[in-house]
Amino acid sequence: MEEYLNIGKSLRKVDALALAAGEEKFTDDFMTQSPLYTAFLYSPVAHAEIVKVDTFAAEKVPGVADILYYDNVPGVLHTTAGQGYPEPSPYDTLLFDRKVRFVGDRVALAAAETRAAALEAVKKINVEYKELEPLFDIEKAMDEDAPRIHDGDEYTKIPAEYRPERNLAAGIEIGFGDLEKGFSEADYIEEHVYKMHYASHCAIEPHAAVAYFDERGRLVIISTTQVPFHVRRITGAVLDIPVGMIRVIKPRVGGGFGGKQEVILEPIAALVAWRNKRPARVVFSRREVFVSSRTRHPMRIRLKTGVKEDGAITAIEMDGLMNSGAYGTHALTVLANAGGKVLPLFNKISNLKFSGRTVYTNLPVGGAYRGYGATQGYFAFNQQIDMIARKAGLDITDFIKKWHIKEGETSEVFKALGEGKEGVSQIVRSCKLDECIDAGASAIGWQDKRGKRISSGKDRVKGMGVAVAMQGSGIPEIDMAAASMKLNEDGSFNLFVGATDIGTGSDTILAQIAAEVLTVPAEKIIVLSSDTDLTPFDTGAYASSTTYISGAAVEKCALDIKDQLINTASDMLGVSKDGLILRMGKAVDTKTGRKAPFEKISYHSLYIKNQFQIQAQASHTASESPPPFIAQFAEIDVDKKTGEIHVVQFVSAVDCGMPVNPALVEGQIEGAAVNGLSYALCEEYIFDSKGKMLNPGFWDYKIYTDRDIPEMKTIVVNSFEETGPFGAKSVGEIGINGPAPAVANAVYDAVGVRMYETPMTPEKVWTRMKEAGVI
Amino acid sequence: MEGKFKINGKEINAVFSPDSVLLTLLRENGFTEVKEGCREGECGACLVLLDGRLVNSCQVLAASAAGMEITTVKGIGDIHSPHPVQSAFADTGAVQCGFCTPGMVLAAFYLLKENTEPGDNEIKQALDGNLCRCTGYVKVIEAVRLAAKRMRETG
Repeated sequence: MEEYLNIGKSLRKVDALALAAGEEKFTDDFMTQSPLYTAFLYSPVAHAEIVKVDTFAAEKVPGVADILYYDNVPGVLHTTAGQGYPEPSPYDTLLFDRKVRFVGDRVALAAAETRAAALEAVKKINVEYKELEPLFDIEKAMDEDAPRIHDGDEYTKIPAEYRPERNLAAGIEIGFGDLEKGFSEADYIEEHVYKMHYASHCAIEPHAAVAYFDERGRLVIISTTQVPFHVRRITGAVLDIPVGMIRVIKPRVGGGFGGKQEVILEPIAALVAWRNKRPARVVFSRREVFVSSRTRHPMRIRLKTGVKEDGAITAIEMDGLMNSGAYGTHALTVLANAGGKVLPLFNKISNLKFSGRTVYTNLPVGGAYRGYGATQGYFAFNQQIDMIARKAGLDITDFIKKWHIKEGETSEVFKALGEGKEGVSQIVRSCKLDECIDAGASAIGWQDKRGKRISSGKDRVKGMGVAVAMQGSGIPEIDMAAASMKLNEDGSFNLFVGATDIGTGSDTILAQIAAEVLTVPAEKIIVLSSDTDLTPFDTGAYASSTTYISGAAVEKCALDIKDQLINTASDMLGVSKDGLILRMGKAVDTKTGRKAPFEKISYHSLYIKNQFQIQAQASHTASESPPPFIAQFAEIDVDKKTGEIHVVQFVSAVDCGMPVNPALVEGQIEGAAVNGLSYALCEEYIFDSKGKMLNPGFWDYKIYTDRDIPEMKTIVVNSFEETGPFGAKSVGEIGINGPAPAVANAVYDAVGVRMYETPMTPEKVWTRMKEAGVI
Repeated sequence: MEGKFKINGKEINAVFSPDSVLLTLLRENGFTEVKEGCREGECGACLVLLDGRLVNSCQVLAASAAGMEITTVKGIGDIHSPHPVQSAFADTGAVQCGFCTPGMVLAAFYLLKENTEPGDNEIKQALDGNLCRCTGYVKVIEAVRLAAKRMRETG
C-alpha cells in the first residue's frame, strides 16, 4: 500500500484538546448580552383544536416581552426536516398551529427577561381546547373512520404518495421479477412480523438556538445543527426573511445522531429576535428533547421469504408500516431506506417486492436517526436469514458469504429505491464483507461457542449471534459539498468547508485529506467549517455523507491548489511543469532536484511576480453511494430465571474503504454499537393511555453507562473504494444496525426463542421462553 | 442573594436568586465550560469539584456553595498547559463531540488523585455518573488508563 503522510493515521482530532480543556464553545455558551429567555407551552392533550388562547394574564407577568402563538406568527406550511431542496418530507408543519397533534406539541411561547419569568408566563396562558379523538395505533391509522390528524392545506413538494385524509404521510411500492412465481417455487415460506420501538437520540447537548442582530442589522443564528445551510433556507422561507439577511453559525455541537437534522428551534429564536429587536435564546430541557424534538420512527415490518431446502431464497417481500407521529419529517425517506439499504445486500433474489406506508399518529414525531430505517430493516432481515440458515443446516456466516452482494455486482434495488425519487444504479466496487465476517468470527470465538449452549452459571446459558449490514456513503445525485482553500505565507492553508462537524471529527478528516494532497502535515491545514457567511455550501452532516462527498470536494480543491503551486514553482525555478511534484511541503523538480518550499511559493505569488492569491474552490456530488459493510457479533448470557440478557462481548468488523483516521472510525463504530445495544435492550418510551410519555428523563429512560458495556472489539478491515477520496467510504451510521439483530439471534442460539420485538427486556425474553415452554 | 465564591483560584462576587443552582450561577458568570445536559443529576456534564469533592453542580443550591472553593475543568489545566487527563482524552480519541468531556475529565481527575493505578472496573465505577452517547466509552476508559500511566511515570 502507498505510504501516506496523513491518511490512515489516527491523528488527534483538531478540537480534541480544546474540548478537553473546556475552551471550545457550544451554542448556549455564546449568549452573554442580556438575551430574551424563552419557554414553550405544550399541549397536555394528544389531539385537539385550540378554541382560544388568552395571553392577558401572561403578558402581565413582570419581565415578559412577547408571547407567540398561532394568531401572531407567520402561517407558512413547511417541513422541519433539514433535507435538500425540495425536501421529500411533507409540508405539514406550522410554527404554531390552531390544532395540537400530540402531548408535547407546541401551543405558545413566552419570551422574557429571565427564564423564570418566561416559565411563569406560559403557566398563565389560558388555552381552551376542543378535544378530538386521538389516534395511537398505526394499524388503525388508515381505517376509514380513523381520526384525521392533518386536515388543512398540507402538501408535498415532490411527486410522492401523500394522503393526509387517510393519515398516510408516505407510501412506497417497488418490485421486480414475479413474486407469486417465486413463492410457488419455494419449498417453504418463512414469514414473520418484527417491531422496533421509539427512541431518543440522547445527544448529551440538548437542542439550542440563539439569534441576534449583528452591527449592520443582519440576523445571526447560532445553532446546534447538523444542517446549517438548510437552517438558513428554511428559516428564511418560514419567516419570509431573505437568505442574505441571515447568517447561520454552527459552533461545536454536542452530538447529533440525526436529532439535530431538524429545523425546530432556529425559526423561533429568529422570530423572537426579529419581533423584539433583541437577542433571543431558545434552549431545550432534557424533557423537551425527549418529548418535543424528534425520535427514531417505530416500525412494524412483515418479512416474507420463499425458501428452497438448501436456503436459496426464491422470493422476498418486505412490507413496512412506520409511525411518523404527529408530523411527517423524513416519513418517506426513512421508510425507503428500510428497504433500500437492506434488500440489495442479498442481490441474487430475483423476485422482490418492497412496500411501505408511513402513517400519522398522535404521538411524538419521528425523524432522522443514525441508521435511518436500515436499523429497522436489518432487525427483521438478519433474524430471518438466521432462521433460514439454521433450517438449511448451515452456519449463518457461510450462508451470508454465499448470498451477499460482491465486488463488481449490482442490485436492481439501487435503482428502484432512492430518497424521494428513483434511486441511482450502481455497481459495488469495494466489498470486504467476507473478511469482516472472518475477522469478527475469529475475534469472538464463533466456532467454539456457537450452538453449544454453554452454561455460564446457575440458570445462565450462553448464546452467539451475528448480524451483517451495509449502508451508503451519502445520497447520490442529491447531496452536494463544496470547499475552498488558500495558501498563507508560512506554507499553511486555510480550508473552508460547509461540512458540519458535530463531534464526528470531520474537520480533522477533511484536514487530513487536504494535507495528503499537498504533502504537508495535517496541522498545516487550518479548518473553518459551517458558517453560512464564510464557508461554501454543504448539505450537512447526515446520510453518512461527509467523508465520501465533502472529502471528495476537499480533495478536488486541494488538487487545484496543487496545480497552482506547481505552476508558480515552474515560473520561479524556471523549469518545466512536467518534472515538478509536491513532496513534504515543497515543489520539487525531479529532473534537477531544485526545490521551492511552499513558503517561498506563497511569498512569490503574493508579493513578487505575477501577483495572485493561490486559492481554489471545488464542489462535489456523487453519482453513486458506495456502501460500507459490517459484521457484528454478540456473545450473550441469558438468565433463564429472569429473562435478563447480559451482553458479554461485542465485536464489530467494518469495511469503510480506506480509513482516513482509524481511531475516529473505531469511535464511530463503538459509539454506534453501544447506542444500538442500549436501544435493543433497555431504552423505551413509555406512554400512558392518553399518549403522554411517562419517562422523559435519564432516570427513567435508561441509556448505557460505561458499566453496562460489554467487552468491545472493533476491527477495521481496509478496502479501497476507487470513487472515494483516497479510497474512503463513509462510516457514521452503519454500526448501529447490527446490535439488535445480533443479540436477538444470540437469544435464539441460547434458549431457542425468537425476539420479534424490541426492546428485549427481561420481561419480554421471559415471556417468550414461557410461551415456548423453554422454562 | 449575593455570595463570594472562589472559582479556579479566583475570588468572585456573584448575585443569584435563592432557588438558583450552582450550575446556573457558574454559567451565568462565564464558566460555560460547565455543561448542562439534563439538570437532573444524571448525565454528569455539569460536574465540578466543590471543596475538592466531585458534585453535579445542577444538584447543589448556589447559596449552599457560597464561600466554598470550586474547580471546573479549566481549573486543572488549559490548552497551553493541559493536565495529563486532558491530554490523554485528546490522544486516545476519547473526545468526540466533547460536550460530556469536561465532566468526564473531572471525574477521572478525581479518581486519579486517590488511585494512581485504577483497574478498568474502578475506572468504570468512577465515571459511571457521566453519560456519553458518542464514544461507547471504550476510548474514555483507555484515556483514563493512559492518564494514570503518564501520571505515574512523571510522578
